[in-house]
Amino acid sequence: MVNPTKMLEERKVSPSTGNANLKIEVKNFDFYYGSYHALKGINFPIYEKRVTAIIGPSGCGKTTLLRAFNRMHDLYAGARYEGKIIMYPDGINLVDKNTDPLRVRMRIGMVFQKPNPFPKSIYENVAYGLKIRGIKSKKLLDEAVERALNGAALWEEVKDRLHTNAYSLSGGQQQRLCIARAIAVEPEVLLFDEPTSALDPISTAKIEDLIVELKQRVTIVIVTHNMQQAARISDYTAFMYLGELVEFGPTEKIFTKPEKKLTEDYITGRFG
Amino acid sequence: MQTRGEVETRLKEFDIEKYTTSVRRRDAIFEIVGLIATFLVMLFLFVISVDLLIDGWVRIKDGSFYTSYPSRFPEEAGILSSWVGTVYVMAGAIFWAVVLGIPAGIYLEEYGGKGKIARIIEANISNLAAVPSIVYGLLALGVFVYRFKFGESILTAGLTLGLLMLPVVVVSTRESIRRIPRSIREAAYALGATRWETLFHHILPYSLGGIFTGLIIAASRAIGETAPLITIGALTFIAFLPPAPWEDFWGMLLSPFTVLPIQMYNWVSRPQEAFHTNAAAAGFILLVIALLMNSIAFYLRYKVRRKYQW
Repeated sequence: MVNPTKMLEERKVSPSTGNANLKIEVKNFDFYYGSYHALKGINFPIYEKRVTAIIGPSGCGKTTLLRAFNRMHDLYAGARYEGKIIMYPDGINLVDKNTDPLRVRMRIGMVFQKPNPFPKSIYENVAYGLKIRGIKSKKLLDEAVERALNGAALWEEVKDRLHTNAYSLSGGQQQRLCIARAIAVEPEVLLFDEPTSALDPISTAKIEDLIVELKQRVTIVIVTHNMQQAARISDYTAFMYLGELVEFGPTEKIFTKPEKKLTEDYITGRFG
Repeated sequence: MQTRGEVETRLKEFDIEKYTTSVRRRDAIFEIVGLIATFLVMLFLFVISVDLLIDGWVRIKDGSFYTSYPSRFPEEAGILSSWVGTVYVMAGAIFWAVVLGIPAGIYLEEYGGKGKIARIIEANISNLAAVPSIVYGLLALGVFVYRFKFGESILTAGLTLGLLMLPVVVVSTRESIRRIPRSIREAAYALGATRWETLFHHILPYSLGGIFTGLIIAASRAIGETAPLITIGALTFIAFLPPAPWEDFWGMLLSPFTVLPIQMYNWVSRPQEAFHTNAAAAGFILLVIALLMNSIAFYLRYKVRRKYQW
C-alpha cells in the first residue's frame, strides 16, 4: 500500500501561469488495430501550457492514445481512428482522414521511451527539424541549436563537442538531446512516451525538472507507468484502464479524492 | 510433489565437476575443429594464389604483358584488350546493378506492401540469385543481341552481368534498410519529415555500408564470369581497344570486347606450355582485382559504420 498524499508532497509542480485554455479536446475517440478495438470512447481535455499525465497499468492503451495525437499509427497498416481529437486555436481534427499527418507532426513534437537520436552529430540532431522546415542559414541554425540545447539543460555538457556522434552521450544525455531536438522546432504540444523508463534516477530527476520547466512554453502530455512521477510533475492526470478512460481531473484531486473506486485502487497500489 | 522430490534428489546427485570437465572438453574439441576448417579454407586460397603466382611469374613481372594485345606468339601476347574490356564491362554491370537494383530494393522494402504478392516477389528475387549464369547468357543472347540488336558488345555484356548481379544487390539493399531500427524512422517522422526525407536523410545514408558491400560482393562474382559472356558471343582474340568513351560513347558501348576470364580460358585451351604461363598470370591478375574490390567493400563498410554508429 502506498499513501497517495505522500506522493504529492514531492511535487515539483511550479504554479502554472495564465488561464487554463483548452488546447486539445479528445471527443468520443475510438482506435482500432485491424479488428482489435484498442481505445474505446475516450473523452478528456488537455489544457494549454500544463502538464497532463496519462497513467494506467501496462496494456491499458495509454501509449496508443499518445501516439494518436501525432498520428504515429499512420506509419503502420491496419490502424483506424474514429471520433475526434480537436486542436485549438484553429480547431482542426488531428485524426481526420483529410488531415495530413505531416501537418500534425509539424505542430506536435514527440519524445520516445528509449532515447533515439539519429546516428549523426549532436548538432545535426538538433538542427534536423529546422533544416526540413527550410532553415539553411548557419547563423540561424547555430542560434537555434544553442537555444534548444539550453532549453533541454544540455548545452553546458556538450557545447565543446557539438560535432561528435550523439551516441557518445550517456542515456540520460541522449534523452535530453531528443528533447532538445523536439523543442528546437517550437512545437505547440510535446508528447512524452515514458521518457524516463530507460534511465537511472538522477537522469530521471533531471528530465522531470525539465518537463516542469518546459510547460511555460509548451503544452505537455506525458505517458508514464510511474505514479509517483505523475504526482510529481503533472497538473492534470488521466487514468486509463483496459482501453477506456476511467477518470480525468486535476492531479491533486485524482491522488487524494478520486471519484471512482478503480482509480483509488490503482493509485494506492492495490493492483497494476 | 512426488516429481519435485525427484528433481531435488537428481539435482543433489548431479556431479558439477564431472559435467564441467566434459563440456569444457567438448568446447576445446570444437575450437580445434573450427580452427582446422578455417585453416584449410585459408590454405586453399593461399595455395591457389601462390601456384598462379609461381606459374605466371615470368609474365606477371613483365610490363609488356599489360600493354600488349593477344598474339599467336605466347611471349608477345598480353592482356591489354582483356583487362580494358573487363574494366568497361564491369563499369557497365555495376551501373545497371545500381540503377535497377538499389531502387528496386528500396521500393520493395519501403513502398511495396507486406502482403502475399510482396512475399512471392521477394522469394522469386532470391531465387534469381540461384539461376546458373549461363541461363542469363541465353536470355541476353535472345533479348539484347537478337531482339534489341545490341550485338556482341560491351553494352550487352554490361547488361548481362548487371542482371546477374541484380538479385544480390536487391536483397542486400533490402536487408541493410531493414536493419535500421524502427525507432530512428519514428524519430524522423515525429519531427515532421516526409517519407522521402526520412529515406534520403536517414535510412539510405545509414544503410549505405551494407548496400555497397552487397554491390561489391555481387561485382566480385560477376568479374570472374565466363559462361554468359561466351554465350552472348564475346570474342577471344581482340587486337584493338574500344574507342575512348569521351570520344565516341556509343562506339565504345557497341564495340566488341574480351575480358580476362575469357582470355584465360582461351590460353588454357592452347597446347603450348607458354600459353599456360600466360593463363596463370592472367588468373593471378584477376584474383588481385577481385581481392582489391573486396578490400574496397571492407573499407567502405568500415567508414560508414564509423560515421553512423549506434
